[in-house]
Amino acid sequence: MSEEQSIDIEKVADLARIALTSQEKSKLSGQLDSILEYINKLNELDTDNVEPTAHPHSVFNVWREDKAEKELPIEEALKNAPKQRQNMIVVPKVVE
Amino acid sequence: MEYEAVIGLEVHVQIKTESKIFSGSRAGYGYGPNELVDPVVLGLPGALPVMNKAALDGIIKAGLAFDCSIPDWCKWDRKNYFYPDSPNNYQITQYDQPICEGGEVEIELSGDSRAEMGEHKKIKLARIHLENDVGKLNHFAEDSLVDYNRAFTPLMEIVSEPDMHSGDEAFAFLTSIRQTMIYCGVSDCDMEKGQMRADANISVRPVGETALGSKIELKNLNSITGVKNGIEYEIKRQIRELKKGNSITQATWRWNADLGRTELMREKEDAHDYRYFPDPDLLPVKIDYEWRNRIQSEIPELPFEKQRRFMEEYDLPYTITSVLVPNRTLSEFFEQAAKKDPAKAKAIGNYVTNDLLRELSEAGQSLADCKISPEHLLSLVEAVEKGTITKQIAKDVFVEMFRSGELAGEVIERKGLKPDFDDDQVKVWCQEAIDENPKPVEDFRSGNGKALNALLGQVMKKSRGKANPQSVNQVLRELLN
Amino acid sequence: MGDELHFKSAGELSDLLSSGSVSSVEIVQSLVERVGSVDDRVKAFNSFDAEDALAQAQASDDRRAKGESLGELDGIPVGLKDNLAVKDQPLTCSSKILESFVSPYDGTCIQKLKANGAVLWGRLNMDEFAMGSSTENSGTHTTSNPWDLERIPGGSSGGSAAAVGACETPISLGSDTGGSIRQPASHCGVVGLKPTYGRVSRYGLAAFASSLDQIGPIARNIDDAALLLNAISGYDPHDSTSYNIDVPDFRKAAADDSDRKWTIGLPKEYLEESSDSAAIKPVLDAIEFYKSQGFEFKDISLPHTEYAVATYYIIATAEASSNLARYDGIRYTKRADDFDGKDSIDVYHQSRALGFGEEVKRRVILGTYVLSSGYYDAYYLKAQKCRTLIRSDFENAFESVDAIMTPTSPTPATLKGAHAEDPLAMYLSDIYTIPANLAGIPGLSIPCGYVDGLPVGLQILGKPFKEDEILRVGRVFEAAHGYKDEHPEL
Ligand SMILES: [Mg+2]
Ligand SMILES: [Zn+2]
Repeated sequence: MSEEQSIDIEKVADLARIALTSQEKSKLSGQLDSILEYINKLNELDTDNVEPTAHPHSVFNVWREDKAEKELPIEEALKNAPKQRQNMIVVPKVVE
Repeated sequence: MEYEAVIGLEVHVQIKTESKIFSGSRAGYGYGPNELVDPVVLGLPGALPVMNKAALDGIIKAGLAFDCSIPDWCKWDRKNYFYPDSPNNYQITQYDQPICEGGEVEIELSGDSRAEMGEHKKIKLARIHLENDVGKLNHFAEDSLVDYNRAFTPLMEIVSEPDMHSGDEAFAFLTSIRQTMIYCGVSDCDMEKGQMRADANISVRPVGETALGSKIELKNLNSITGVKNGIEYEIKRQIRELKKGNSITQATWRWNADLGRTELMREKEDAHDYRYFPDPDLLPVKIDYEWRNRIQSEIPELPFEKQRRFMEEYDLPYTITSVLVPNRTLSEFFEQAAKKDPAKAKAIGNYVTNDLLRELSEAGQSLADCKISPEHLLSLVEAVEKGTITKQIAKDVFVEMFRSGELAGEVIERKGLKPDFDDDQVKVWCQEAIDENPKPVEDFRSGNGKALNALLGQVMKKSRGKANPQSVNQVLRELLN
Repeated sequence: MGDELHFKSAGELSDLLSSGSVSSVEIVQSLVERVGSVDDRVKAFNSFDAEDALAQAQASDDRRAKGESLGELDGIPVGLKDNLAVKDQPLTCSSKILESFVSPYDGTCIQKLKANGAVLWGRLNMDEFAMGSSTENSGTHTTSNPWDLERIPGGSSGGSAAAVGACETPISLGSDTGGSIRQPASHCGVVGLKPTYGRVSRYGLAAFASSLDQIGPIARNIDDAALLLNAISGYDPHDSTSYNIDVPDFRKAAADDSDRKWTIGLPKEYLEESSDSAAIKPVLDAIEFYKSQGFEFKDISLPHTEYAVATYYIIATAEASSNLARYDGIRYTKRADDFDGKDSIDVYHQSRALGFGEEVKRRVILGTYVLSSGYYDAYYLKAQKCRTLIRSDFENAFESVDAIMTPTSPTPATLKGAHAEDPLAMYLSDIYTIPANLAGIPGLSIPCGYVDGLPVGLQILGKPFKEDEILRVGRVFEAAHGYKDEHPEL
């Protein structure tokens, strides 16, 4: 963890796809900086030879057999869609 | 200055399963929009993924077929990016611990003619990993429509090393992957249905240079020929730019098959930051010796091995093997017959690759439901070899067998195709032919061997095609000398 | 008796139902009245459908009349935190972005409750997407503590705890990612249990942090918590992380009063931290009581405790940043209206800006940051390694003790607005509850007394999948004290 971890709020908010007002930006970066400063506490710990924990229990190979179960009826699947046409969800043009 | 191209391919292949990779919704093609969705496929709040065992079996099979090493364990990661075709705005994939590592794909380049085997090469793979497919966007002028049917179909991504140098090699690479996957039953690899999709990374550099030039990622390669044409076009374009003294900027381009050219898609790769991390909803996979072994035992003899064996064991010409081998069921059908009498293999191979395929396609039938069995082929070849019927008549007998399901003998009997005359009669017809056709006789005598064919034709006519052309030939020569 | 029904526990109601002296419809009617008379002040509910609940109750009564009762829970109302998917019911997570979402499917817990004949009773308020410890981060409103309406009920399952505390439902379901069941239970004077990670299926629980989340019961006594836990526990093929292990009868196990020698660990790090805490006195008294009952106490050390909050806020926010990406205004969440002519990127930015509250934005951005290129190893991977150290602290401790006792929260319920401008202070208040989520172990909070008239909780942490043991230990205290029968004046 770097010592000067002033967060690039612009860039991170863009990655997170959240539009922020300039007030929100300045308030948030202050708060996040102090949270990160606190989090840097973890640097006190030597974890060189420690395995990371991704799951609380060490379990492997939990799977299902390849059997088709039932789908959602189409009207259920689309009932919350903000906008639909021809049984598909309308989205604004994707700019690539 | 001479330039060479360096090409790497990323090939996405859907694994053929009944249900999706992380849920019980059916995996399929050709359904109405959004009919194949459930809470997982739509990324609804509270939905959770559960691995489909068959998708794991499928990719391990692919990995073993391409000689990848299968590590003892692998895990799932989330690749985070926002896109309307992605239900969760993350893809479940394998980042630093893929299920298949290394490996190679044997390819065959086209030979000097169709009758000749081309050069074989091995293209190195970096890895193969498993991930979920995304939905399909249908673009309109004002907006786009999303259909999530395809989302969460099991998808493997085969990543080659930058180990190819031409459109031909890329073409051969895809062809080989396709054939191998079909052989193994892992995928049908129908590019029209999106079951196989390829992106290419292409760069060029002066010959002798070892560092790679800046690469272009080429997308929208929707068919195997599209891959070849797109890559070839792009290589030429890059060389042209370099020769003009311009440099190549790393960017994403797309192949426009209609206009036959590549087009810039996006210039700046705004440093994709996918924020990969282990998916907490899924547990890692441990692959033990038994599992690997079981899958290994399910892998059939692969196309190139089979081709080499057919050429050796049955003395088949390359042309026959190159028709037989790409079709696994056809080649197996051939071998059932050929095994019974390997001496007849070549003749059997001819009937299978010519007559049988022609009849099947005319009748619109599949091999499985046609009436021809290995016995039929053997009975036909035998009748020809014994001289009971001519090769010419054998063609008609085949058509009749295909229709009625009778063996060759039965057809010959029923239709009276056996010669109903003796050798003396043949001699008489030959003499008649000589007497009636002074011109060819003269030509033959003055050294034009081909002139004999005209006489032969006359005799065959007189025998209504039943005479054995070899013996007619012999008799004619005796009489003319 | 009818007007007293809402004060009764689920166990008592179950007995009354099976003896035929009361009907499920009467129970629900009594709760409808209770909610009508107190919820304008407690504000535990986001929504409820009295008609639908009465219909469920009627169906239960009909089953019972035909001798087809589905068991102990048949006809008993269960309140639901508003992050559980119930088919054809709203599922808002107390977020504006899901304010009009109606679930097209039932989560596993809900299927189990339905199979047990429970009456699904209302949707309870929470901190938006379970991010918070007070319900002040709810996108709808703040719930009040039934013991003091000026104070928070705790959170994030604040509605679930307040509704049980205010006798608006006998039992409810909450979810616990860093203390979200136990802390509000302690603030509202009720019992809350976070099961072992994997004990209860998460299928149908809108995820906050997948490797930490767990659904669990909130109740007015241990027997009721066990009753509800019985119904929802067990391996679920729809949740890969649910654990395939036998489910004991928790109700029976909790009631077991045969002799057993218990050794309880007292972690010095927790007690040092809380030595000047306002909530410590009743906890120390409770420990004295246990000693008097022959429980042996042992000082233990959980040396990585001070790193738990930092570890948690990396892991939880990272997972959340990814889990909440699906709420984007495209498929089913509320879309910012004026997207015409804009591209999908604008829709994402605007829909999420309008739909998410401040705390959610803060955590999603923090989580995005700790996963972003160049920071993964320094933050996320580091936190996963620290998580290993915290887990092994508990593994080591449980080699010599059967359970661990601590305060549930450093303070009783605070006044609303106390942490408004200082998120870090709020995060730090979860210090006693967070380690159990990181380690995946079960934790129980039971009422153990009052400070200035505000309830205080005792936390009992157990070995993995030993919920039966901590329920049994808790029952020893509960049986000797009257807290389970005390209700706030409302
Ligand atoms: Mg890729
Ligand atoms: Zn891919």
